[in-house]
Amino acid sequence: MRLYLLAILAAAASGVPGLFLRRKGGEVAAGLLGLAAVLGLWASLQVLSGGPGGSFGLRTASLGLPGLLVLDPLAAFFTIPVLLLSVSGAIYSLGYWEGRRGNTPALRLVYGLLVASLVMLVTASHALTFLLAWEGMAIAAFLLVMAEDREIETRRAGWIYLVATHTGTLFLFAAFALLAKIHGHSGFSALPAGLAASREGTALFWLFLLGFGFKAGILPLHFWLPPAHAAAPSHVSALMSGVLLKMGILGLVRFLSWVPDPPIWWGGVLVALGALSGILGVAFALGQHDLKRLLAYHSIENIGIILLGLGLGTLGKATGHPVMQVLGFAGALLHVINHSLFKGLLFLSAGSVLHTTGTRDLERLGGLGQRMPWTAGAFLAGSWAICGLPPLNGFVSEWLIYLGAFRGLGLGRQGWPVVILLSLALIGALALACFAKAFGGVFLGLPRTDGAAQAQEAPRSMLLPMGLLALACVGIGVAPVLIAPALGRVTEIMAPGAGTTLSSLAGLPLISGVAVVLGLLAFLFWWWIRPVQPAADLPTWDCGYAAPDARMQYTASSFADGLVWGLRWALRPRVRFPRVVGWFPRPTRYESHVPDPVLDRAAAPALRLSIRGASQLRVFQGGELPVYLLYVLLTLLVLLVWMVA
Amino acid sequence: MVRSLLPTMLQFLLHGLTVLLLPPLLPGLIAKTKAVMAGRKGPPVFQLYYDLAKLARKQAVFSRTTTWVFLAGPVGGVAAGLAASCLVPFGHTPAPISFEGDVILFAYLFGLARFLTILSALDTGSSFEGMGAAREATFSALAEPALFLGFAALAKATSSLSLGTMLAFPGSLTARFTGPLILVFAGWAIVYLAENSRIPVDDPNTHLELTMIHEVMVLDHSGRPFALVLYGASLKLLVLGALILTPALPRAPQAWQNWLVFYAALGLLAVGVGLVESAMARFRMTKVPQFLVAGVLATGFAFLLLLV
Repeated sequence: MRLYLLAILAAAASGVPGLFLRRKGGEVAAGLLGLAAVLGLWASLQVLSGGPGGSFGLRTASLGLPGLLVLDPLAAFFTIPVLLLSVSGAIYSLGYWEGRRGNTPALRLVYGLLVASLVMLVTASHALTFLLAWEGMAIAAFLLVMAEDREIETRRAGWIYLVATHTGTLFLFAAFALLAKIHGHSGFSALPAGLAASREGTALFWLFLLGFGFKAGILPLHFWLPPAHAAAPSHVSALMSGVLLKMGILGLVRFLSWVPDPPIWWGGVLVALGALSGILGVAFALGQHDLKRLLAYHSIENIGIILLGLGLGTLGKATGHPVMQVLGFAGALLHVINHSLFKGLLFLSAGSVLHTTGTRDLERLGGLGQRMPWTAGAFLAGSWAICGLPPLNGFVSEWLIYLGAFRGLGLGRQGWPVVILLSLALIGALALACFAKAFGGVFLGLPRTDGAAQAQEAPRSMLLPMGLLALACVGIGVAPVLIAPALGRVTEIMAPGAGTTLSSLAGLPLISGVAVVLGLLAFLFWWWIRPVQPAADLPTWDCGYAAPDARMQYTASSFADGLVWGLRWALRPRVRFPRVVGWFPRPTRYESHVPDPVLDRAAAPALRLSIRGASQLRVFQGGELPVYLLYVLLTLLVLLVWMVA
Repeated sequence: MVRSLLPTMLQFLLHGLTVLLLPPLLPGLIAKTKAVMAGRKGPPVFQLYYDLAKLARKQAVFSRTTTWVFLAGPVGGVAAGLAASCLVPFGHTPAPISFEGDVILFAYLFGLARFLTILSALDTGSSFEGMGAAREATFSALAEPALFLGFAALAKATSSLSLGTMLAFPGSLTARFTGPLILVFAGWAIVYLAENSRIPVDDPNTHLELTMIHEVMVLDHSGRPFALVLYGASLKLLVLGALILTPALPRAPQAWQNWLVFYAALGLLAVGVGLVESAMARFRMTKVPQFLVAGVLATGFAFLLLLV
């Protein structure tokens, strides 16, 4: 635990030297974060390999509390993506952000504070430390989103994020207050049996679900997420999408781990929300033109997959079905790490594209695969993993959830497992279409603008973190056996007997076997068809068109058009068709957008209404001191009368 | 030990040989059936073997637009198809690799093949190939739920999650399972036609690129890469054929009888596809989703029947 506290301090201080140094502030910050990562990961790996954790508290022993910060396996498990992604982002920012803006030192400072709050948050085991770290994280993230606050889009995104995150915190305050009333103290400990079915248990469930749901971006509480992720600098987007959202999941997981006997309907609610977030998340992603917004909607989709796993585990716990419980929770937890890795990778590679071309618009890119092959490879690896295709890591976690759901089919007349199966199958197919669109639109074919045509490969400091994340994705996918023991130990907190169930799965080593067969075959066939002599300079045949042009290419929007049209009942795309009039029609334009219905039709009107309501209260706030003193006097009088009576 | 090991090894060898050598025969059988139905003589049954041999000797042409992704499509398609073929039993003979949950890996390997094929089509920057890729991505999103609902029904019926036991349940055509099984077969037959780009979803022989799906995605491939594409397509006919046929096959006492039954059923399947293609025209593009939804409904009802 001492190492871990040092890691928190190192992370918090990482931006400080940069305030005073003329040069190399970024390198120092990255170095300190690297140190924090080494210390924190070392401590976490010790806990995950069965060593004792540790706790840190101020005179907590005398109060009979476990401690303010506790490094249990769950905390250790969540530490891994936090630190990996933080340090990758810090290295990446050296080439991406350093020297580009005047606010670089401030950005570094806040980035370090964000990492410190995140690392503290995962270990928090007392309502006080938890909410402290939670707010630190929320505010630091707000400041980072506002890095480019000269643009109105960024300011708007930042404010929406701030309102959403504080609304969520409000629910958390209520939830922790209720929890303190039940326990008699504010430390984290298991709930008594039978409480979950009571009215208090129901209230706790909804309060935590709403509070953490805002942060995780569960549909329909996701509306802050796409604009904030699109507006933030890319290494911050990577951290937000990869780690910040997961803190909502961490909260839910902690809460579920306290409940010994959840009612069946909790599982049902989680599965229903998971299916909704998963399917609609990927559906909205299909309709986007902005690369980073598209990735942000995919985060919602993956949160949906994680919720499907958590719901499955809760159903297993509620019905006393241990295997379903283990596989559901294990799949969800593994997907937390997997999603951090591949989504971080995708945001970083999207950042490289933005860095060199200056645009996030899919319709203005194309052909970058020839110009920046390494970035293309990284984005392809991320796409491969996020679609859940073997042999990368996304497949392993989805496989665990599938397996648990298939096992659950044998469970009487429960309908939820088949909902999980169908949602996963549909999400998989739609995600595949969406990433074919994204990768194809950005990296394949011909460049659609001059900016894309002149794109250059990212510098090594940006490629290195991308390479590391890609390697981690491949590693977990090809050899899932390596992380099975750690995963088992974490899942044990949620579901007893997890370790033995996971290690008895014959599939884990055999997936590696099939991956090796696949790799060998692919190499063999590639060897057979590899171009042996330098290719002649020929155009695409394209059924005989002599000069194929970038404007003749299928666009990313056209690629997704069939699916967007099929899903128009949910997406409600706004399309403006061109008007063609007369014999010699004038130039005209076609537009289509998929706006976010929750933001435009529910959240924004609700905000406007609350601002209007709040402005009515301005009557009381005239700005004159005597009036305020009068209020104080009146309040005191009323209290006095009330106390006497 | 040795006595029981040897026949198993022989079976696996036969499995591998079947996968490597038999697939190109299936498109030949389909074409021959169509020709006979139309009163033509038609190309020889072994035409695809000749084509593959010719293509293997030819030089490939690459557009200046393409990158290495252009080759990933053919390579990934065949590699994933072969890997998937290790997981599926051919009739009532064991699959070389089987474990609990291999059915998911099987389905996702075909997803991988599709992903890479779509990407290699987009790599050419051709509008036709983009069109085909978009259609492939769209229609497969509907085929996937049908496939998984069928898996769910079979998993429910057999309480198993491995293709080997799920598909080849021992002669259990009892009254309880007959109805669901027929429905699964019907739903999967639709998936089969769609995944293999046959009429009425797609017409492999059309002369209008605008209306094609799979064939238009590989317009720019030539030489050895194109040979891989053709072989991969025929491999898909075989492997997915084994998937949909196996639950319907009777179980014979001897291994060689099981193999014979399987080969005969495969031949019948090819002839059946040929008959469908002779009797029907391709659907209008807008009709295809409805056809695929019918597959989802059939497998969905199969699952519901098993719940009762």
